[in-house]
Amino acid sequence: MAGKVKWVTDIEKSVLINNFEKRGWVQVTENEDWNFYWMSVQTIRNVFSVEAGYRLSDDQIVNHFPNHYELTRKDLMVKNIKRYRKELEKEGSPLAEKDENGKYLYLFVSQSNKEAYVISLYINNPLLIGGRKFDLRLYVLVSTYRPLRCYMYKLGFCRFCTVKYTPSTSELDNMFVHLTNVAIQKHGEDYNHIHGGKWTVSNLRLYLESTRGKEVTSKLFDEIHWIIVQSLKAVAPVMNNDKHCFECYGYDIIIDDKLKPWLIEVNASPSLTSSTANDRILKYNLINDTLNIAVPNGEIPDCKWNKSPPKEVLGNYEILYDEELAQGDGADRELRSRQGQSLGPRAGRSRDSGRAILTTWK
Amino acid sequence: MLQEESDLSLIIAQIVQKLKGSNLYSQLERQAWASLQRPEIKLESLKEDIKEFFKISGWEKKLQNAVYSELSVFPLPSHPAAPPEHLKEPLVYMRKAQGSWEKRILKSLNSMCTELSIPLARKRPVGEQKELLNKWNEMGTDEPDLSLFRPVYAPKDFLEVLINLRNPNYENGDSLSFRTHLGLIQVPLKVKDIPELKECFVELGLNIGQLGIDDSTQVPPELFENEHVRIGQKVLSEQDSAAAQQYIRQGSPTALRAELWALILNISSQPEDVLYYEQLKTNVIQHDLLVDSLIYKDVKLTASNDDYYFVFEDYLYQVLLCFSRDTSVLSHFAFNSASPPKSYIRGKLGLEEYAVFYPPNGVIPFHGFSMYVAPLCFLYHEPSKLYQIFREMYVRFFFRLHSISSHPSGIVSLCLLFETLLQTYLPQLFYHLREIGAQPLRISFKWMVRAFSGYLATDQLLLLWDRILGYNSLEILAVLAAAVFAFRAVNLMEVTSLAAAEAVLADLSTLKVMPLLQIFLFATVT
Repeated sequence: MAGKVKWVTDIEKSVLINNFEKRGWVQVTENEDWNFYWMSVQTIRNVFSVEAGYRLSDDQIVNHFPNHYELTRKDLMVKNIKRYRKELEKEGSPLAEKDENGKYLYLFVSQSNKEAYVISLYINNPLLIGGRKFDLRLYVLVSTYRPLRCYMYKLGFCRFCTVKYTPSTSELDNMFVHLTNVAIQKHGEDYNHIHGGKWTVSNLRLYLESTRGKEVTSKLFDEIHWIIVQSLKAVAPVMNNDKHCFECYGYDIIIDDKLKPWLIEVNASPSLTSSTANDRILKYNLINDTLNIAVPNGEIPDCKWNKSPPKEVLGNYEILYDEELAQGDGADRELRSRQGQSLGPRAGRSRDSGRAILTTWK
Repeated sequence: MLQEESDLSLIIAQIVQKLKGSNLYSQLERQAWASLQRPEIKLESLKEDIKEFFKISGWEKKLQNAVYSELSVFPLPSHPAAPPEHLKEPLVYMRKAQGSWEKRILKSLNSMCTELSIPLARKRPVGEQKELLNKWNEMGTDEPDLSLFRPVYAPKDFLEVLINLRNPNYENGDSLSFRTHLGLIQVPLKVKDIPELKECFVELGLNIGQLGIDDSTQVPPELFENEHVRIGQKVLSEQDSAAAQQYIRQGSPTALRAELWALILNISSQPEDVLYYEQLKTNVIQHDLLVDSLIYKDVKLTASNDDYYFVFEDYLYQVLLCFSRDTSVLSHFAFNSASPPKSYIRGKLGLEEYAVFYPPNGVIPFHGFSMYVAPLCFLYHEPSKLYQIFREMYVRFFFRLHSISSHPSGIVSLCLLFETLLQTYLPQLFYHLREIGAQPLRISFKWMVRAFSGYLATDQLLLLWDRILGYNSLEILAVLAAAVFAFRAVNLMEVTSLAAAEAVLADLSTLKVMPLLQIFLFATVT
């Protein structure tokens, strides 16, 4: 039975290839018998397309869900959140509460802006550190949507603008100020190749705890986790929960000066290019931990497995939400992702020792 | 007994004299006058009643903190008849060495000045002043041509001076004995050994809770952390400097650190302080100094490239440019072996009436100077408070790291302490490194001069600086340096060159300082 895992990829990145090779996996082409395919989003479309698609066998795994765009396309995500919110309202969940003007208190979405290339949620009071604007990039791995099982990578990072932020209108033209994606920052004059304008999330945490206090910082991070889980729950019902799939998302989040987080967008194919040495190490470890969870023991996969890896292989991931665990023992084991009201305590210990996710954001 | 009493009255007299000129004095006076309106103040028992009032309203605490601050900063007079130079530095040969070092620095600065034909100071034209004012919060985006500027000196230049220090009254003799010091520093200063250090740093012991060890995720917070945080909050509400200093020896919780440091340093951010900072800012706008370019260059070379501190680049300019112009810093030269450089108005060389201190605060920055400020940016985001904290840290601690003196926290003693610890407790390692031409001090010197800023991860650095404040001493830097060598001893024993030894010790960013210190002091067989 012990054959080597055969892998294919159409993304030529060393952080990927080095990880496959270190496991002793064998590279093949997509026309051959393969077990693991790390594909781009175009390719996943082909695999699952109505005309040209093909059936995946039990020993084949791919790194995207067929209709991930329900989450990663902003207009579809908005649609799914609105639908999810309506369901919560029907169930009388406190999450669907509205204020006196009829606006939703939680789970609200940005208005307007159908342009795809402009940030849809423009916040004019972002939290500034050292006078600079930044956004957060967090990695979230989903192994299954029903039951929802997702993991958060502990080593996310902040991406700082190289140019000073000022809300004056003349600055609105300066592309570098408002769009913090590294790919664009890289071409700004002040880009630095040692730190790449990036901070670890632990730096952010240290800074916020030192300057704002522990409670509000913990609350912020709780809220960030909450937003991510909500976004996944919102799309879970419409997601094609194909057993051959897992997906690692890049979540972009901005924090405003009241320490409230806002979800900007979700990326199905987060960049695997490294801008600095630290970056390369981080992404290498990210892929490594992702593969350890998605392909247990590095052996030829069997899609019938229960997708419940042991704690030891998580590496730098920690469990963000596990619907099965949240249902509790003895309760109805049949998983219905529409049960919005019991988000339950987060499984697994984290730095904010065991506090239930929901208690603090009010 | 009589001697002690007269010493004490001398100290009291000095402190009273110092505090009489302070803002606190006028505030207390005002409060005392205002309290006469209160019903509990009676004419018959005026003195006691006012004292009682001060106690209840917290003013006595403020006075206590001020007195404590003076005691911590100002060295005790050795003898009433001692001349002022003795307060700066009692040993003549050290004073002389510091004097020649200063001459060299000034010469270097003046020649750079002449080469580049840039004046030491000039008044900015109005247009330039306006521009700078607009750009005040983003001076980092400025890209002046700094290629011709060089730092006035780097730590390794300073190390060479220290290596050549000799006490002319001390004859080593040519023969080697077991007492021969094998390190680079060859002056006979008294340094502590491990038993003495254990007594001194008793709160770092194995059976005492520490932040940096007993707050890790594996340890349930009920064991130590929760109680420690609770005590910290109590200390803050009591506003007691001395208690805060004792408390912080076990480390400070991140959320309380900014306030605790301010309490220990007795910084309270009054409106006058903000005003003073604004005044300094105006000075920066109006006049340009040559040292400004040195500061720019230093920040660009060090902090801007640092993973943790690059974000705060602009704050560093705002602090350091103002610092250069702050003449109140001159008062610390009374107990600093260094003296502020003097410069003369053009054409009036040698005429004392036309002498000025240059830069106005008397401190010439060297390569890496901005790293003293950088870690503070994680705690204080309001520029005038950040400024005050840095200034106080400088006049209490940092100045000792780049001036030649015999003080136990001075860099010379720290180097000697480091080398002695290594030679005494890790003799095999020390001997091996010496044999391959890798004298340990050559590697650890830069760590100590910078108080490890830029070498440790920020959260670890802050835990270390907690202890500097807690023990009011920099000796912990030397102990940590030795502990790092002890930790990497196995790898170091295998290297065969200085470059390889540097490589083993190049990256300290993963080190956890408190376990290292604890093991070195309390768990190593001596």
